[in-house]
Amino acid sequence: MSRSLKKGPFISYKLENKVQVLNESKKKSVIKTWSRGSMISPDFVGHTIAVHNGNKFIPVYITENMVGHKLGEFSPTRIFRGHAGSKK
Amino acid sequence: MARIAGIDLPKNKRGEIGLTYIYGIGRSTARKILSEAGIDYNTKVQDWNDEQQGLIRTIISDKIKVEGALRSEVQLCIKRLMDIGCYRGIRHRNGLPVRGQRTKNNCRTRKGKRKTIANKKKAVKK
Repeated sequence: MSRSLKKGPFISYKLENKVQVLNESKKKSVIKTWSRGSMISPDFVGHTIAVHNGNKFIPVYITENMVGHKLGEFSPTRIFRGHAGSKK
Repeated sequence: MARIAGIDLPKNKRGEIGLTYIYGIGRSTARKILSEAGIDYNTKVQDWNDEQQGLIRTIISDKIKVEGALRSEVQLCIKRLMDIGCYRGIRHRNGLPVRGQRTKNNCRTRKGKRKTIANKKKAVKK
């Protein structure tokens, strides 16, 4: 079920503030975040955000197309390396 | 023979059902089209006259995306997901179910025919 429009998109306020500071100072640096549930807003475009996947931070470069998705979608939490004994 | 959007519609089906043979048109869209054209849902496809066929054709070509155009749009959406590298895109790439279904077993629609692995050890009987 989708989120009520009345509430607007969820963006962790800490993350939002950090992005705003970067936008104002026109600087680019990697922001670490645990907030996988945050929606990617148009302000984020062009920044690199390191999204935690439970183990480490995966750097995600935000492009125009990603707006509207959530940060966690770009930082997979499971790594499947194939089954034992099945050679490719 | 009614030929609409490059598809031959079955002759002896009701109009409402006949239209659903076109990719992109289901029951409800078919009903919308027919009521807009002022044709009864129950009229058989073969009983449409040329004027009615023309009406249906113009409605479909003006307002509804069907067949090739729709297919390519869907493909583009999937391609976008794959290009941005999000979870859904990765699932599309790997040919696995996209919407969180279980993959321990089943999901054969996405995975295709079963591939048995040779020399897999069988469970040892005790």
